[in-house]
Amino acid sequence: MADNKFAAYICSGCGIGDAFKMAALEKVATKEGKMSMVKSHPFLCNAEGVQMIRDDIANEAVTHICIAACSRRAKTEAFNFPTVAMSRANLREGVLWVVAAGAEHDEVRQEMAEDYIRMGCAEIKKMNLPKGNANRDQTRNKSILVVGGGMTGMTAALAAAEAGYEIVLVEKTDALGGFAARLWKRVPFSGPYAAPQATGVAEMAASIGANARIKVHLNTTVAETGGAPGRFKIKLATESGSVSELTVGAIVQASGFTPYDIGKLPELGGGQANVVDQAGLEALAKAANGGAIKRADGKDIKSVVFVQCAGQRDETGTHLPYCSGHCCATSIKQAMYFKDANPEVDTVVMYDDLRVPGMGEDFYRSAQQKGVIFTKGKASKVTGGDSCKVEFADLILDEQTSIDADLVVLATGQVANAGVNLDAWTEVNTLAEGGDEGAKQKRTEMKTISILNLDYRQGPDVPQFKHGFADSHFICFPYETRRTGIYAAGPMRRPMDMLQATEDATGAAMKAIQAVENAAAGRAAHPRAGDLSYPIARLEGCTQCKRCTVECPFGAIDEDEKRFPVFNEERCRRCGTCMGACPVRVISFENYSCDTVGMQVKAVNVPDEDEEKPRILILACENDAYPALDMAGVQRLTYSAYVRAIPVRCLGSVNTIWITDALNQGFDGVMMMGCKKGDDYQCHFVKGSEMAYYRMSKIGDTLTQLGLEPERVVTEEVAITDNARVAKLINDYAAQINDIGLSPMKGFG
Amino acid sequence: MSDLNTQAVARYKNNFLREVEERVEEGNMVKMCMQCGVCAGSCPFGPHWQHSPQKIFMMIRAGKREEVLSSDSMWMCTSCYNCIVRCPRKLPITHIMHGLANYAHRLNLAAKGQPTRDVARLFWNNLMKTGRINELTFSLGLYFKDGFIQGIKNSLAMQAAGLGLLKAKRLNPMEIFGGHKCKEKSGIHRMIAKAREIEDRRRGLA
Ligand code: SF4
Ligand code: SF4
Ligand code: SF4
Repeated sequence: MADNKFAAYICSGCGIGDAFKMAALEKVATKEGKMSMVKSHPFLCNAEGVQMIRDDIANEAVTHICIAACSRRAKTEAFNFPTVAMSRANLREGVLWVVAAGAEHDEVRQEMAEDYIRMGCAEIKKMNLPKGNANRDQTRNKSILVVGGGMTGMTAALAAAEAGYEIVLVEKTDALGGFAARLWKRVPFSGPYAAPQATGVAEMAASIGANARIKVHLNTTVAETGGAPGRFKIKLATESGSVSELTVGAIVQASGFTPYDIGKLPELGGGQANVVDQAGLEALAKAANGGAIKRADGKDIKSVVFVQCAGQRDETGTHLPYCSGHCCATSIKQAMYFKDANPEVDTVVMYDDLRVPGMGEDFYRSAQQKGVIFTKGKASKVTGGDSCKVEFADLILDEQTSIDADLVVLATGQVANAGVNLDAWTEVNTLAEGGDEGAKQKRTEMKTISILNLDYRQGPDVPQFKHGFADSHFICFPYETRRTGIYAAGPMRRPMDMLQATEDATGAAMKAIQAVENAAAGRAAHPRAGDLSYPIARLEGCTQCKRCTVECPFGAIDEDEKRFPVFNEERCRRCGTCMGACPVRVISFENYSCDTVGMQVKAVNVPDEDEEKPRILILACENDAYPALDMAGVQRLTYSAYVRAIPVRCLGSVNTIWITDALNQGFDGVMMMGCKKGDDYQCHFVKGSEMAYYRMSKIGDTLTQLGLEPERVVTEEVAITDNARVAKLINDYAAQINDIGLSPMKGFG
Repeated sequence: MSDLNTQAVARYKNNFLREVEERVEEGNMVKMCMQCGVCAGSCPFGPHWQHSPQKIFMMIRAGKREEVLSSDSMWMCTSCYNCIVRCPRKLPITHIMHGLANYAHRLNLAAKGQPTRDVARLFWNNLMKTGRINELTFSLGLYFKDGFIQGIKNSLAMQAAGLGLLKAKRLNPMEIFGGHKCKEKSGIHRMIAKAREIEDRRRGLA
């Protein structure tokens, strides 16, 4: 790389010039950072400062720059030089704003700033400008496959088609509409929220039929899905057995739900005459076609009881533990079917908590106006038959009592149609690959419920979270499954009502559009949207240990026949978990690698023992922890000047070599800060922080071998709002290190 | 059973909610209660009565006619309006409570010996005699409502207060002989009778 030219730009604005000895900083960049050009500027982010850098890039052939100014998260629009590689030394939020004021801190403050300059220079030396996915010519397909023709799928198809994309809509039955088509009416989508509305299925199906951009395949399932965003290879199988192939850019999975089997609720009369679930009541209402709803035996209905939460919110572990969210409003709607046709029909909705999200409260009130009786009670036993009886505990009047009714409706919940559970699959598949015949058969059986039939190494469907719903980052990226380019929408993602499903559908459609556009440009999807880097593996050094393949949270890595990893760039989210996993460190990104971080660690000037200045390395997740550190600075919260923070893409990308290197070099402690892991995880890469904890749980041995206390490496969960907490965490840890004493490793590094 | 009660039972069969909606002041709002319990928690009398407004409303919906109408609860309401102010569903709770008390009284189902009811009845009868309240006979009536001996005891207990009132000229002993009256008593009586007639017609009690 003879043509590389390195330059450092140090800003003296925002008070940096007053707090630090600028000449010394420049000297560090030149002498130690080995930058061939070092310039200071009093206001680097203004037009003049930025122009100076632009000119150097244009006229001086600068290819790599280190900007020593504010945090890498600040002034990103000003410091946007897409043609060069860039590192940022965080002098403002990272030093100036967090080190206590006063002359007695001048020395440590200056040391900290100099270290950040050393680190920024060391990092840029190892960085390259990412060129983007080299295969992007093959990933230019921008059509979108929508799997499932229910309300969610139809909405997604129409939304994406309207935005100008070609849609392939696959529905396994012989008509569009899904569950919505089985309804007599729907809970209202619009004001005044006083009465049920027509489902709108027929109109939607008609506009889909009339839309030239949407190609509908009825009686069709997805027999195989391979490839990656921008180049998914799909095999569609029709009922008759014919198979067709096509290529799509992204997939919206809208495979819906199945009502919980009423047969599993014998204690609530499931299976007995005149006890139906909500779907059963819809069928009766459809048969009545606007007239008085009659029972299956043709008799009139004078009284009906709706039993809410039937087989839901169950704490015994027998039935669904969760609330399906829509069923209170659905029962209200169904009670209105009766009241609207004949106000003399007695309708009782028996609830424990009535949950009517959105504008449902108005709908609830309207039902009360219409005379629907709401009873807070818990049904213990339902007897069906010619005259049904609901025995229940009245939770307000505190008594055990009963009501008679002609018909009982059980509000059962939604069971996600999300395909094969990958945890169960992996177990069976491992046995099957080992040659177990029983497991092979089981595997074939399991695949019958698969929706996508992915040919991914990690299994045939998107990974699931709790209770069989598709996994996605609930708060930040609800539609992103853990398979890039495949977006979950509707009740297969979480329990929801029809209106929420349509909102989901448009969200997922937008994400799918983003995915095809990003893939075509060779860029990452969220959360590093626009990132052009991707993992590059030096396969000569690979020991085929498969750790990267297994640990990648997104199933981006397949294996070739020789069991070497095969990276599918378009599936990759650029988290670096594979890089953190690789024991022989052959995986790297052009701008983020074991070296870019490793060299920063090495660049820190660790004082000798007798100086009594400890050094603590912080590896902070760039999504939450690093912003929290920045915010601590913005709020002028002070923390120890002995820490040196390096942002990482995800704690999952932390390679243990960085930690052992740091300790060997004489660092006194290492703090890792990442997002919350576990069931209510916040990790932007889902499994990254969990992997980090797992790996760190194994680092104890290494520490003992080095003769170090286990407290020298700690892992903390930090949320983006934790700015005050993060400062306290640092100070507490610095105090703890002070108690343990300085590392015995100093001077050996 | 009073005639009115027999008639009501026959008319509404088991639909007590409808009976309340048609016959009790603001009873049509009972169905709108969402059982949040805010009224029960707001009422300063909460711990002291049998049923909170929340429970009363649920009992009405559950068809517990006897229990509701003979409950002492609505008699305990002091009209502080805490509940009305706080009810998220804007139920005129205080008014409904008084409406229920009134209805229970009309049907002669109200709790026997309920002091509030006794006072109210004394007050009303006293007022109807002359068209004005006669404080002396009203107080004495109250003292002697449980018999002569108890009446003497009550009077002695209140002696100091009575003398004080006399001294301050707030009590005229001459009132015992009938006291001052309205100019046209029969007019008042006619007016009240008319009002009742209108109201009874409206509520289907006629
Ligand atoms: S672990 Fe992360 S960086 Fe590596 S291939 Fe998977 S998604 Fe990409
Ligand atoms: S108005 Fe009556 S019922 Fe309401 S809070 Fe006051 S005392 Fe209780
Ligand atoms: S506050 Fe209103 S809505 Fe709540 S329980 Fe009382 S009457 Fe019902």
